[in-house]
Amino acid sequence: MNQRDVRAEPDHWLVRPGTIRILWIVFIAILILTVVPDFVVHQHEEFGIEATFGFYAWYGFITCVAMVVIAKLLGFLIKRKDTYYGD
Amino acid sequence: MAISGLPPGLVLIVGAFLIPALRGRARDALVLGLPLLTLALVWTIPDGVQLQADFLGYSLEPVRGSTVGRLFATVFSIMSFAGAIYALRQARALELVAAFVYAGSAIGVTFAGDLITLFVFWEIMALGSTVVIWAAGTESAYQASMRYLLVHLLGGVLLMFGIAAHVGSTGSAAFGPMELNSIGTWFILAGFLINAGAPPLSAWIADAYPEASPSGAVFLSAFTTKTAVYTLLVAFAGASILVPIGLYMALYGIFYALMENDARRILAYSIVNQVGFMVTGIGIGTTLALNGVAAHAFAHIIYKGLLFMAAGGVLFRTGKRLCTDLGGLFRTMPWTALFGTVGAIAISSFPFTSGFVSKSMINQAAAYENMVIVWFLLTAASAGVFLHAGIKFPWFVFFQKDSGLRPPESPRNMQAAMAFFAFLCIFLGVYPAPLYAMLPYPVEYVPYTVEHLVSQFQLLLFAGLAFFVMLPMMRRTTTLTLDWDWSYRRFGPRVAATLTAYGAPAWNQLLSAPRNRFRAVVGGLFRTHGPHGPLARSWPIGSMVFWVGVMLGAYLILALV
Repeated sequence: MNQRDVRAEPDHWLVRPGTIRILWIVFIAILILTVVPDFVVHQHEEFGIEATFGFYAWYGFITCVAMVVIAKLLGFLIKRKDTYYGD
Repeated sequence: MAISGLPPGLVLIVGAFLIPALRGRARDALVLGLPLLTLALVWTIPDGVQLQADFLGYSLEPVRGSTVGRLFATVFSIMSFAGAIYALRQARALELVAAFVYAGSAIGVTFAGDLITLFVFWEIMALGSTVVIWAAGTESAYQASMRYLLVHLLGGVLLMFGIAAHVGSTGSAAFGPMELNSIGTWFILAGFLINAGAPPLSAWIADAYPEASPSGAVFLSAFTTKTAVYTLLVAFAGASILVPIGLYMALYGIFYALMENDARRILAYSIVNQVGFMVTGIGIGTTLALNGVAAHAFAHIIYKGLLFMAAGGVLFRTGKRLCTDLGGLFRTMPWTALFGTVGAIAISSFPFTSGFVSKSMINQAAAYENMVIVWFLLTAASAGVFLHAGIKFPWFVFFQKDSGLRPPESPRNMQAAMAFFAFLCIFLGVYPAPLYAMLPYPVEYVPYTVEHLVSQFQLLLFAGLAFFVMLPMMRRTTTLTLDWDWSYRRFGPRVAATLTAYGAPAWNQLLSAPRNRFRAVVGGLFRTHGPHGPLARSWPIGSMVFWVGVMLGAYLILALV
């Protein structure tokens, strides 16, 4: 089963460029949809900032970008070849 | 009923040793029946002490029913059952026996009413889990299992010392809420925290679990860390030192998982991240937080077991474990991909999954207590869960580039176990009432509000956007990541080797002056008193006769004079 030539097969429909473009459009539409309710729904205010418009959206995005960047920088410091411990 | 007086975990522990004696259907029935029988027994035990014995003047309570204990014992039994389905056809008998002993002793801990019983089950757990890792049968698994055992023996020694000091100073061996006001309780806390994967010794989880067999890792993901959560929940609820420890664990898990290439090691780091949420909640200590911890432990065992099952299915079929070797497997393993994705969205706390109704209680408790920094960090960590486990794991294993691998779908029994857990992930998310009914305090929390749904969708979907925007920076590398285990895997052995290489000659050099003087003295004595020294010379008979003659002659002369 592993030996058959996968390059000869047509692309699975899920990974064709057209499908991926549609997936991106749908994804961005959903992203916008999640922020729209902030015009009418008011988050419970505990500290002030989380009731501002689209707080969870930008907070989630920025913290995740920051985590990826920090992980990348940490990687320069503490990543080693996976044969490091002599496997 | 005589059997109801016994610890329910004993059924699994004793029954496990019958497994190698049976074959075929009888063995299947035993392997699947033992966890179900245990679950039934768990629910026959009412609250309060059911069995009491005296030992060395201390009152032991091997079976004490409680709400929290029952919740953990229930999910441990369910986990054993699903793990048994998953392992049924593929696992070695040795692994199944060890896994059941391990699971049974974890259940034993949840019913232990005293510290001595708790300690005994705690140590059986360490041995059982070591054998589970070892049963994978590879050299690297053997080495990892020995490192694992050493960490847990250290934890056991700390716990033993703490228990001895605590029992000595209070005169009671009862296991219940403790104050951090004596050496004994601090050591008990340290013993519990080692099993929870707290810093600095967090590395044992990511070191050992991915070396186990596909089914072995499923069992391992559930019991040790969550038993530690149970004991912390009972003994140290509200201990504020647990808040920073838990936050550290939550963030540690994210960063290390982001840097990791081994699929199951990503999931192992993710365990530390999830237990971090629980430890933080125990530190917050309000009834809402503690309910959240108990609910989250329950939900976590199920979706993390499911994720390890999916990763194990891939390992079983492809023999590959690194993200750099995997990808595109959804083509020929669609069910495994689907079930793995359900586990991934459940761990991310997407609405209508079990994570949504459990973890949010911990975040909400931090908000109610006005713990601003804690709340912001927990919210960032919640987004980070989706990043490191929710998308990263299914993306790199089942989607991303086409690795060219076309493995067959996971075996039937593995698929059945995954379907069962995927169902539970969604069932508990849609209908959390049965879970909430098991929690230690009355639940007033309402997870499904418009605000909560909107905020959670925003947080997670924009975290998802960040993942795909940052994808070029997340290219997998064939690396491992240094952790505190470097101290005992590299630094310690290097120090020992250096001491042997340079220390031994230096030591000899240092000793040579006194040793030479000593040798001179001994040599001198040897020359005069040794076997050939003048003082030890055997006298020739001639000289003896001569001297006798001289003495007799002298005597004669004296007599004549």
